[in-house]
Amino acid sequence: MTAEVRAKPPGATVRWPRWRARGEADFPVVAAICCALLAVAALFGPLLAPYAKDAVDLSASLSPPFWQAGGSTKHLLGTDQLGRDILSRLIAGARVSLATATAAVAISGLFGVIAGLVAGYIGGVLEAVVMRLVDAFLSLPFILLALALVATLGSGFGNIILVMVIANWARYARLVRSEVIGIKQRDYVTLARIAGVGPIRIMLRHVLPNALNSVVVLAILDVGRAIILESSLSFLGVGIQPPDVSWGLMLADGRTFLGFAWWLTTLPGLAIVIAVLCFNSLGRWLRIRLDPRGQL
Amino acid sequence: MALVEVRDLCVEFGSVERPVQAVSHVDLTIENGEIVGIAGESGSGKTTLCAALIHALPRTARVSGEVTFDNRSILTMSPRELRKLRGREISMILQNPMTSLDPLFTIGNQMGEVLSARGTAARALRAREIELLRSVHLTAPEARLRQYPHELSGGMRQRILIAMASATAPKLLLADEPTTALDATIQEEILVLFREIRDRFGTAIAIVTHDLGVIRRICDRVIIMYAGRIVEEGPVEEIFGAPRHPYTRALLASIPVLDDDRVVIQAIPGQVPNLAELGNFCPFAQRCPMVIDRCRGESPPANLSAARHRTFCWRAGEAA
Amino acid sequence: MASYLLRRIGETLVTLLLVTLLVFCLTRLTGDPTTLLLGPEASEEARDYFRHHNNLDRSLVVQYVTYLEHAVAGDFGTSFRLNEPAIKVVFEALGPTLKLAGLGMLLSILIGMPLGIWAAASRSPVIKRIVNWYASLGEALPPFWSGLTLVMLFALWLPIFPTSGYGALQYYALPALTLAISTSASIAGLAAANVAEALKSDFIHLERVLGLSQRQILLKHALRNAALPIVTYIGLQFGLILGGAVVTERVFAWPGIGQRVVDAILERDYPVVQTVVLVTALLFMLINLLVDILYMVLDPRLRA
Repeated sequence: MTAEVRAKPPGATVRWPRWRARGEADFPVVAAICCALLAVAALFGPLLAPYAKDAVDLSASLSPPFWQAGGSTKHLLGTDQLGRDILSRLIAGARVSLATATAAVAISGLFGVIAGLVAGYIGGVLEAVVMRLVDAFLSLPFILLALALVATLGSGFGNIILVMVIANWARYARLVRSEVIGIKQRDYVTLARIAGVGPIRIMLRHVLPNALNSVVVLAILDVGRAIILESSLSFLGVGIQPPDVSWGLMLADGRTFLGFAWWLTTLPGLAIVIAVLCFNSLGRWLRIRLDPRGQL
Repeated sequence: MALVEVRDLCVEFGSVERPVQAVSHVDLTIENGEIVGIAGESGSGKTTLCAALIHALPRTARVSGEVTFDNRSILTMSPRELRKLRGREISMILQNPMTSLDPLFTIGNQMGEVLSARGTAARALRAREIELLRSVHLTAPEARLRQYPHELSGGMRQRILIAMASATAPKLLLADEPTTALDATIQEEILVLFREIRDRFGTAIAIVTHDLGVIRRICDRVIIMYAGRIVEEGPVEEIFGAPRHPYTRALLASIPVLDDDRVVIQAIPGQVPNLAELGNFCPFAQRCPMVIDRCRGESPPANLSAARHRTFCWRAGEAA
Repeated sequence: MASYLLRRIGETLVTLLLVTLLVFCLTRLTGDPTTLLLGPEASEEARDYFRHHNNLDRSLVVQYVTYLEHAVAGDFGTSFRLNEPAIKVVFEALGPTLKLAGLGMLLSILIGMPLGIWAAASRSPVIKRIVNWYASLGEALPPFWSGLTLVMLFALWLPIFPTSGYGALQYYALPALTLAISTSASIAGLAAANVAEALKSDFIHLERVLGLSQRQILLKHALRNAALPIVTYIGLQFGLILGGAVVTERVFAWPGIGQRVVDAILERDYPVVQTVVLVTALLFMLINLLVDILYMVLDPRLRA
């Protein structure tokens, strides 16, 4: 019986081997299902909801979810004080909250990445100025800045996105700039510079793609934060305005009935938590896939 | 009674169906006060063997066999007893002096920790620390105590680690590649330190290394390992002068030699076998210039040629 | 090291200046607060007087410069609504917020750190899994929801605590717990990850081999080596809570900075808004500076 000689010597196996937990790089099944549900709700909302989001039915006012006494399967998750179906409003809210959050993250990411890229690559005074600006923006709590902006620009769907963009771009700028500084020193960038390639081309073709991994991970994790910010603003009354529906708004509405109509606040809150958890799971999974050695 | 007796030690990792055998069926002894070298290339199992002697294997390791130290069984000891043994009767030096000390605490603090854990009274700590640093020939010991690891060179750190390891005059000192990370000039000084420790305290020392030069310089005896097994062991002069195993011969022949002004390197053809695919055959068979059919079908037993000179080869000692 | 500190202080001042500029622009962008504050029936005279008195009829640049001049002298303007110095208004509100933030932070550390360290040191994958879930969950809980749920559970269904308000210790319980839920979760996650990483170090391995007790290894060496990111986070969070506990303060009617600033924004009370943002930003930067200094204390390698 001959021992076959493999191409790769097994040297690594004698040192303390790190056997990764089997499921670490697998996207958790539950999170994947929830993500899918959210996507479906966001995309096909109006088609799926049993009722229109503002269909008032005072006779069914404040009915609890179907599993509780007094509830019925007509309104699976109960109704609010105006008899509007909670499930339908949750679905409508999913649309608004997710759209707002993803748009905000995408746009703030875009601005932040450009700013960070330019600052990091060109350096000098430009970098100093941009980074001080970044520091200034980042030294204000997210929500405080957002509130100040809302007071200036007004509330409502479009303005909220703008507000979140202004409040959030700095994080991307800071991340990208520090990545760029590292990438700038790598050999392939130096070679391109020597070869006479223009700075914009270098930035776009060589530097940016390498920095994108961490940006994408940050962006996905950021969607969760954006959802919470939007719901906070809506909760305070300065975010999404009626007749649009937002989970935060639902919570504010339900607050008056906190003691006895628990579903008015608990269910929208759960929706927020689940949505955020989904995105966080996705972000963490991506981080492991893109960078298993944890250098992000 | 030998200080250390190892019987049929096996260490494996990985899945149970197809385990990676880092160490297979190793028997050896270490006597009081002798300096033993454990030599082999990467993947030979020497580091794992060394760790097994003090039961400091990773949690994923599966161990079988017996390791006896001073008549006590290491592998079956309770963690409490093991902790009492470590740092007191058995000490160890790890491979990389640059990362073996906590960067956030002073030398004095870390030495003091080890000393007071081993019974030195608080009042006597500083004096003892200075004494220890002097014993490893460090200059300005008082100043060293207040310094942080990153302020010292690799050689200095290694001396401090040796000081910490020898503080309790242990019966056995394990050194894993103690000179690999150091400059050649410093290496010699460290080796001298080892000999001093043995001479002063009667400590047995096991040095794991791939550097045959180190072994030649201070070891009394050497154990040659290959693919997790011992292939030859014996007194240093005999092994270096008249090796009886084809692998040992190839190893010695592969030391770069200066021929006029050319450097001649004779590598061993082939690759180390996959440690998950070992069995009842000689692990070196694949690359052996003297291989016969028997080698591939049966594991060679020990061939005892002189006092404590064993060779695991069906054709031990035969001319090439 | 002194030069590093000086540079950091310089950077902080520049950033502070930018912040004031930022806030100034933001608040001025919406236009004239006069109508809002004086009411639509006020006469033209009254409005002119108000504008002139508050410098609102000068150009933006002049307004900004005047503002800076006064600020350096300690005068941050007078609240339009309350007719008191803005700085006084802000400091009065700062007290309750600081107390709440302090208690919340303390609770978070007391809950989060032991959990994280336990998860890192434990061999049981169950413990690790549970703490990980806790860490993920806490980050996903919006404070207004956790606050309301706590009120529902422990003030309405089980009338243990008051639903809102400011006063004796029992009023602190629910708001502080609300803050602590998210923050302790993050701290636990950070502690678990960093301590686990530190435990893999070579020197930890050596300490074990030399026979040091697990307790000493864990609490002295592993913890110290893992401390830096955790300390950064605690500093960051504290700064954020100071200005950002807006929602929590709203839910519990806590008379802190958060409440103050929301009211001021809705009422277009510029001086108060500016001063709040300024003070918050300054505190935040000070905390960052402190954290940097603490870094140097904790890690001797940074002192070179």
